[in-house]
Amino acid sequence: MLQEESDISLIIAQIVQKLKGSNLYAQLERQAWGSWEKRILKSLNSMCTELSIPLARKRPVGEQKELLNKWNEMGTDEPDLSLFRPVYAPKDFLEVLINLRNPNYENGDSLSFRTHLGLIQVPLKVKDIPELKECFVELGLNTGQLGIDDSTQVPPELFENEHVRIGQKVLAEQDSAAAQQYIRQGSPTALRAELWALILNISSQPEDILYYEQLKTNVIQHDLLVDSLIYKDVKLTASNDDYYFVFEDYLYQVLLCFSRDTSVLNHFAYNSASPPKSYIRGKLGLEEYAVFYPPNGVIPFHGFSMYVAPLCFLYHEPSKLYQIFREMYVRFFFRLHSISSHPSGIVSLCLLFETLLQTYLPQLFYHLREIGAQPLRISFKWMVRAFSGYLATDQLLLLWDRILGYNSLEILAVLAAAVFAFRAVNLMEVTSLAAAEAVLADLSTLKVMPLLQIFLFATVT
Amino acid sequence: MSRVSVPCHVKGTVALQVGDVRTSHGRPGVLVIDVTFPSVAPFELQEITFKNYYTAFLSIRVRQHTSMHTPAKWVTCLRDYCLMPDPHSEEGAQEYVSLFKHQMLCDMARVLELRLILRQPSPLWLSFTVEELQVYQQGPKSPSMTFPKWLSHPGPCEQPVPLLEGLPDPSRVSSEVQQMWALTEMIRASHTSARIGRFDVDGCYDLNLLSYT
Repeated sequence: MLQEESDISLIIAQIVQKLKGSNLYAQLERQAWGSWEKRILKSLNSMCTELSIPLARKRPVGEQKELLNKWNEMGTDEPDLSLFRPVYAPKDFLEVLINLRNPNYENGDSLSFRTHLGLIQVPLKVKDIPELKECFVELGLNTGQLGIDDSTQVPPELFENEHVRIGQKVLAEQDSAAAQQYIRQGSPTALRAELWALILNISSQPEDILYYEQLKTNVIQHDLLVDSLIYKDVKLTASNDDYYFVFEDYLYQVLLCFSRDTSVLNHFAYNSASPPKSYIRGKLGLEEYAVFYPPNGVIPFHGFSMYVAPLCFLYHEPSKLYQIFREMYVRFFFRLHSISSHPSGIVSLCLLFETLLQTYLPQLFYHLREIGAQPLRISFKWMVRAFSGYLATDQLLLLWDRILGYNSLEILAVLAAAVFAFRAVNLMEVTSLAAAEAVLADLSTLKVMPLLQIFLFATVT
Repeated sequence: MSRVSVPCHVKGTVALQVGDVRTSHGRPGVLVIDVTFPSVAPFELQEITFKNYYTAFLSIRVRQHTSMHTPAKWVTCLRDYCLMPDPHSEEGAQEYVSLFKHQMLCDMARVLELRLILRQPSPLWLSFTVEELQVYQQGPKSPSMTFPKWLSHPGPCEQPVPLLEGLPDPSRVSSEVQQMWALTEMIRASHTSARIGRFDVDGCYDLNLLSYT
């Protein structure tokens, strides 16, 4: 009886820890993260002083009126953004991760059984394929999947019709847990928007619409330096993308409001990062005049707008689109650009990717390493963006279905390894990093679910 | 249950190794930490807390005070308690741990000394130990309340006062007032932590540069 009690309390403690986030190995992470954060702040400050643009500025009334009129077509604006540069890009972040070291870890010169041949040198626990098979059991060969069993050759009576019927039932019951279980096999296109809203607990109440309108007012009243960074990012990434350029205006409407949303500050309770701080001019050091900048504490990096772009296919009403994006960010996306030891954090995902490749495709891994093309250098940008902008949108949405269903980002690392496995034959023939990048440059023709299924369940190990 | 910290003296760690320390390669995988309680009488152990630093398994032996004639013996009260599920990886390596009386294999009634045996079989870590070790005994029980007699034995019901004309029933009014009072108490007690959503200070958001601290 006592044994059960202590087992249960241990399990509860573990669950609480998972809910609270990661167990941060204090020294190491704080040092690495602290110096990285300082770099970002320095970069932003220097942009501010060089261009003589204030971090924040109250708009004059005329400008406010103009912006309000143009709210639905901010994309037509062509401000001069040539002097702005993104604060950081994913490859800068990768360099920080590569240099993470544990001072208590034997990093000797001699090769031992645990030498990390990849780029990540931190000994976090990652799953191997048998454990992943257990975890992602619904992706198995004997279970129907959308993305595989709804292709034109398969008669819909075999799987698709029944699956759609169950989905409608789940929506009618408004059962969030059932929806999460259901979506592991993929979501029918017609039901996806409602299913995601159900899983993320988003219902458009009048208060939510009012809250969004309040944020919009904040955007109109104050102009932030971060806005220009957002503009620049959207122009560089989403506007140039064949699938997403039509949503440019939506992206501004969501991201500008996102920067002003102080409720996002709550996620720093379980995020190892901390929001940048500043003081009202003339009141340096006085705590009553300390504020966060930007108000939501999140400084966008190059490619940030790609987190929002795929959602525009599902939601057309700005306040609902906004809520869905905000919830996805504070549940999942923030882990992709902050350092922690959480199993869904970017460090663990990188290590999982490298370990899978090294264990199950050792020849390919060795070959790429020899030619100076460490696989993580190519796959990092896919994982940081959750494959947004690299896959075709229908495939991306099927992938994000599984992220929601399994409440974990590990599937991104598994897909990255599966892509390498798929193109292994071509990759074995390349002789340089540039050539390897070229082989893996275009992922838009890939079908995500067959790749995952083959890699996890049908590869002879 | 309240707990009281017992002042303890933690002796330095002793590494156990086979063979000569100087000539053998590799680091010791077993460390022993002795914990004595110099100024305290034998007490009942309630809880042990510490911060782990890369120790994989922990065993604890205890020496208890017995009656006059039998010498005190060492007894194992915790055997191979797992702190790190995978000794080669980070999980559990720097966690805060609490061990309670009911997890121990033997009675912890009259503790004289403790001996912690730390094991770390993986050769990957440069060192391992436990930090911030604290030992607790049971705190004093809260004094039992004695209720005044009239509260625990209410008197017989009084005759209800005849209702005056035109006035509402007093017992109903009193119960409604009670409910209202309970509501106001609830609202006063719960501090709403919902942010108002303002990010500026009095309408002003004119900032300096970002601060580095």
